Amino acid sequence: MKRVVVVGGAFAFTLLLVAAMRELAPAAIDLRPSVAAHLAASGVEHPVTAVLLNYRGYDTLLEIAVLLLALLGILAVTRDQGGGAPRPVDPLLQMLARIAATLMIVVAIYLLWAGAFRPGGAFQAGAVLAAAMVLLHLTGLLPGWRQPGVRLRWGLAAGFLVFLAVAAALLLAGGLLTYPPAHAGALILLIESGLTFSLGLILAGLFLFLSRDEGDAP
Amino acid sequence: MTSGLIFAGAGAALFAMGVAGVLLIEHLLRRILAFNLMGSGAFLVLVGLAQHHDAPDPVPQAMVLTGIVVAVAATALALALVRRLHGLTGSLELPEAEDD
Repeated sequence: MKRVVVVGGAFAFTLLLVAAMRELAPAAIDLRPSVAAHLAASGVEHPVTAVLLNYRGYDTLLEIAVLLLALLGILAVTRDQGGGAPRPVDPLLQMLARIAATLMIVVAIYLLWAGAFRPGGAFQAGAVLAAAMVLLHLTGLLPGWRQPGVRLRWGLAAGFLVFLAVAAALLLAGGLLTYPPAHAGALILLIESGLTFSLGLILAGLFLFLSRDEGDAP
Repeated sequence: MTSGLIFAGAGAALFAMGVAGVLLIEHLLRRILAFNLMGSGAFLVLVGLAQHHDAPDPVPQAMVLTGIVVAVAATALALALVRRLHGLTGSLELPEAEDD
């Protein structure tokens, strides 16, 4: 009975929403002209990066804070059990993983750099870095992480701290994350570099901290 | 019927499927997948509607990018909680409430 009601409701909701979207008039507020008008002063040439790091920089600041918070939550609920013995892995696979990981680091740096003028940026680059670390973990080259040491803690928090320091300095100078146009490009690149490094570690940590307690299941 | 509208319609369908999944599925791993389906549907609606009438708008795209990252964080936290539940009770379903 519940199934019929829920599925029927979902169907009706979809039909209504699609019908409403067909009738929808263009949005009353058009932000594209204002994005384009201020692009020259934003320090980057790609509109999405300009929105993320300049016009709505506080969104991205809170976003990295949310990621860090999620990682802390995972650290709080996973127990350090110590995984079992590492599985035997084909040495050829390990060698290929090493080569792939090296290339992925190059790709991550390129994506970070390309974010200023074409699709790319810190989050994409961080995701590639994290994927490289997960690949190394799956081929047995990188053990699952235990309780993070001091260096790893600083590495995980570095992106957020750099971003916060820049935001605090700019707050003293004037408004929240309103970059002076002359230094906007350099500041955004500094923030994005910190974000890429920390995001790689955080996203990999979401996987590696979870995979460390493999002996958890009864 | 522009391609943007097709994206938005597919997003609405995905969102509805996700809602139905979250309500109907007891298995927590699948429920998390359904929850992610809901999120993907909402992102598709945002991006699709924004380019429905003319050129794409960078503001919704940036919002969706933020949303994807937050969804990843929420999913990872949910998976950690499910693993903990599985470690404690050996079950992948939520226990029935006492006063049911």
